[in-house]
Amino acid sequence: MNAIRETQDDGALPAVQPVIVRAEGLTKQVSTPDHELTIVRGATFQVAAGESVAIVGASGSGKSTLLGLLAGLDVPTAGRVWIDGEELFAQDEDGRARLRGRLVGFVFQSFQLLPALTALENVMLPLELAGLADASARASRVLGQVGLADRLGHYPRQLSGGEQQRVAVARAFATEPKLLFADEPTGNLDSATGAQVIELLFAMNRERGTTLVLVTHDEALARRCDRRIAISAGVVEA
Amino acid sequence: MKNLPIALRMLRRNAHAGEARVLAAALFVAVAAVTTVGFFADRVRGALDQQANELLGGDLVVISDHPVPRPFVERAAAEGLATASTTTFPSMVAGSAGTSLAEIKAVSRAFPLRGRLRVAGPAAGADREAEGSPAPGTVWVAGPLVSRIGAAEGQAIRVGNATLAVAAVITREPDSVLDYFGIAPRVLMNEADLAATGLVQVGSRVTWRLLVAGDAKAVARYDEAMRPLLARGERIEGVRDSRSEVRVSLERAQRFLGLASLLSVVLASVAVALAARRFSIRQTDGAAMMRCLGAAQADIFAINAWQFVLLAAAGCAAGTAAGYGAQAVLAQWLTGFFSVALPAPGWRPAVQGAVIGMVLVLGFTLPPLLRLRNVPTLRVLRSDVAVAEPSSLVAYALGLGTLSALIVWQAGDLRLGAMSLGGFAAALGVAAAAGYALIRGLARLRAGASGPWRYGLANLRRRTGSSLVQVMALGVGIMAMLLLTLVRTDLIVKWQKSMPADMPNRFAINIQGDQLPLVKAYFAELGLATPDLYPMVRGRLVAIGDRPVSPASYEDQRARRLVEREFNLSWARDLRPDNRIVAGAWWNPRADDPQFSVEEGIAKTLSIRVGDTLAWDVGGTRFSARVTSLRKVEWDSFKANFFVIASPGLLERHPASWITSFHLPSGREEVVNRLVERFPNVSVIDLTAIMGQVKRISDQVSRAVEFVFLFAIAAGLVVLFAAITSTQDERVFEGAVMRTLGASRRQMVLTQLSEFLAIGLLAGMVAAAGAVGLALVLSERVLGVPYEFNWVVPVAGLLAGGAGVAIAGLLGTRRAVDSPPLAAIRALG
Ligand SMILES: Nc1ncnc2c1ncn2[C@@H]1O[C@H](COP(=O)(O)OP(=O)(O)O)[C@@H](O)[C@H]1O
Ligand SMILES: [Mg+2]
Repeated sequence: MNAIRETQDDGALPAVQPVIVRAEGLTKQVSTPDHELTIVRGATFQVAAGESVAIVGASGSGKSTLLGLLAGLDVPTAGRVWIDGEELFAQDEDGRARLRGRLVGFVFQSFQLLPALTALENVMLPLELAGLADASARASRVLGQVGLADRLGHYPRQLSGGEQQRVAVARAFATEPKLLFADEPTGNLDSATGAQVIELLFAMNRERGTTLVLVTHDEALARRCDRRIAISAGVVEA
Repeated sequence: MKNLPIALRMLRRNAHAGEARVLAAALFVAVAAVTTVGFFADRVRGALDQQANELLGGDLVVISDHPVPRPFVERAAAEGLATASTTTFPSMVAGSAGTSLAEIKAVSRAFPLRGRLRVAGPAAGADREAEGSPAPGTVWVAGPLVSRIGAAEGQAIRVGNATLAVAAVITREPDSVLDYFGIAPRVLMNEADLAATGLVQVGSRVTWRLLVAGDAKAVARYDEAMRPLLARGERIEGVRDSRSEVRVSLERAQRFLGLASLLSVVLASVAVALAARRFSIRQTDGAAMMRCLGAAQADIFAINAWQFVLLAAAGCAAGTAAGYGAQAVLAQWLTGFFSVALPAPGWRPAVQGAVIGMVLVLGFTLPPLLRLRNVPTLRVLRSDVAVAEPSSLVAYALGLGTLSALIVWQAGDLRLGAMSLGGFAAALGVAAAAGYALIRGLARLRAGASGPWRYGLANLRRRTGSSLVQVMALGVGIMAMLLLTLVRTDLIVKWQKSMPADMPNRFAINIQGDQLPLVKAYFAELGLATPDLYPMVRGRLVAIGDRPVSPASYEDQRARRLVEREFNLSWARDLRPDNRIVAGAWWNPRADDPQFSVEEGIAKTLSIRVGDTLAWDVGGTRFSARVTSLRKVEWDSFKANFFVIASPGLLERHPASWITSFHLPSGREEVVNRLVERFPNVSVIDLTAIMGQVKRISDQVSRAVEFVFLFAIAAGLVVLFAAITSTQDERVFEGAVMRTLGASRRQMVLTQLSEFLAIGLLAGMVAAAGAVGLALVLSERVLGVPYEFNWVVPVAGLLAGGAGVAIAGLLGTRRAVDSPPLAAIRALG
């Protein structure tokens, strides 16, 4: 792992490094009433396994859209994406869902916990969807790791924003994904709580060697990542 | 199966948090309504059948022109059925004051199996229910014999070789009241004395009956087993085989109850569809998140479908229990209303309720489920990404299809089911088209409207789809309520009125041709309306076309029985106003080729078509003529009616007697005696007992229907609630935003008001049009009473719609106006 990180400084990845995310000519256009709007234009880049990458840009520059495309949450107008060697858009919706369940974890600005489920159940959800047997034990272990061992039975409404985001982090790591996508994970948190969550994210990233792709407009946060991909008006600047 | 635990877990919280409560409540009320109707209708139907059985004296009667063979008795015993036997024959009876022809009925101890005779107390006191039947050595006699032969209580009369003591005077005999042509007065005696009379001999005109009663299933088994064994001269009659009046009442009863439950089913579907949709909208973000976490579309579908199914199971169980309770309460309330104890309800309505609940849930939650399945994953990043709505008409096709099947099933009558279905479909189609046009039209008006009204109308248009759903759902709900309150009363009143107070209650028969002017004059003298007298010739049907007619040529028991007997043929020049031609044409009075007009029911039973030639044997003379028309006859009008009427000139040369029916006001019973004194050959038959029965049945039915309709109104209210709350979240959120932007309370109320008022008025229009249309169909087609437009219906529809929805809507969205904006926004976040 360390070996990979040492090669970061010039931003170029030696060919020998395993590539976990590869985007090629990724483009997203939407039709608006008067014209075609291009939100992401020809994004081409790679992310190596174990790397942490910040996607940075002004608000409205297309960061979330790009992230959505990388995770297969949306379909590009043109271009291709490979995750761990599998071509994302060669598969159908359910194929992409399965791939996400297997390889990818998410943390969102707005937490996106299911209000109907307790903290424990929220973390169990991806494990159960993947059909894993010891979902409950694994979920409570991960919740313990994010410091919520005593809040297992609480519903999202009974948790503070920071706690909810920690549950979301636990949920993201519960399946031990190779890849974690985070879209402005601190956007809805005050700076102290945000910092805590970030510590947690990076700690878990380090411990598990998870690749982290993080969207943020927070410069300080971006600096903590191994590498940054800047986007401006939908164009990725290398 | 991995999805079930997830679904269970989600449901626990969803149900707790209240999202599913509306759905469960809708389902609960729906199933409660359906099962209450089911259980109660089951019991009422049972009671009605029992009461109708009273008229028959048993559940089933084996009738024979020779002693009923042993196997019939043995099989009844084997099935655990109670039996009683009767032997009837005409005979002269003699008392101290004279002799008279009487209709003797010798009965076994168990007679009657169903119902009770009523007899007058000592010295003709108030009549009372009789205990069983006459003891050996005694007779009970019909009223006319008391004075005619001197057969008052305590006196002795001779029946054949036996001398028997009169123990009571019969005032009501349950099993004979429909036999108009049972001319002679009744003498009821004990079977044990039969041998002593010496009257039952070879060649005497005796009818033997075996009355059978007991558990309905055993009776049905018995019926099925014994019918094939019937030999010549034997037949089996159940309540459905005989007595057109009772059958008509029963069928009408079942239609009414069928109709009542049908409305509950429709309302249930609307409520379930609305609730399920709201549920699914609340689950949208969760579904997107689950997609994000790797759930396949099938998983999303299953997780949510499981929740609906679990909810449905709970709702059905609770609803069924409530339905059972409600019908028990209802039965309590009806205590003393039926002359028989209400039988316990069967288990079938419970299954029916469960099936209906499940079918409704699956049929009407499918579109929302499909919608959830299609939730774009991108929603986790952008909450404004719209969810592709499945084309609602196509998606609801399954629901509508199952609902249609349910309606037909519930109606238990294909014709009624199909008719209601067509009515609903047409009404909904028109409603949807009209609703759409009206919403668009109203929205166009908004440019001219002032502030809040403009927003309200803009909202209406922006939500065209959901507005349309609301207009239609509310329209159906209000339509049901209109039908249940105004139209129902209207129809029932009219239906009851169609049984006029001066309905004939006596038949006078056996009037001779030369007495006609005298009888008419005498009626006038007595202050009675001039009677319509109809000629009657008894004849046997020998051939239809070139097919000879014999009982053996028919499978159908009723048909066999009909052709076994002599028909009462009549002739007429003109079509009576209370008969209606349904095929062919009535003869031209001046035409001289002989023709027949046949009643449509018997034509169907005997397979007679217009154009067939009927050959008759009247007193040894044969003649034939063509059938040129089929007639519809109202049997329950208690007027003399005939299966077969001939054109003038065909029957006149045969010996005929005349028959009439008339209304004898109560208190003038002495008229009958005077009439019979004056024309001794004339017999007068009292119909009041059977009319009382029929009227009681119809009263009971309308009471039952009224109660059942109360339930449907409750279901309608749930629909109203579900429809209004279906857009509540959206409204609360918008309200909060408007508040934040500085809208005043008044502006917000007006905005909401204008939208609800518009929706309510549109729904009212839809409802009124639908109710009027359905009432028209129901009254003309089902009840057979002409429909009169009642302007109160549309006015009430618009009022109920406009005012009701506006008030209910404002109450329902009070939260949108009253809560602090931030709280409202956060509560939904
Ligand atoms: N489906 C869409 N339709 C129209 N515009 C869109 C759509 N998705 C994104 N946009 C627009 O594209 C731009 C980039 O959006 P987004 O990726 O959310 O930016 P960021 O996350 O960097 O703030 C924004 O101006 C947004 O309004
Ligand atoms: Mg963004």
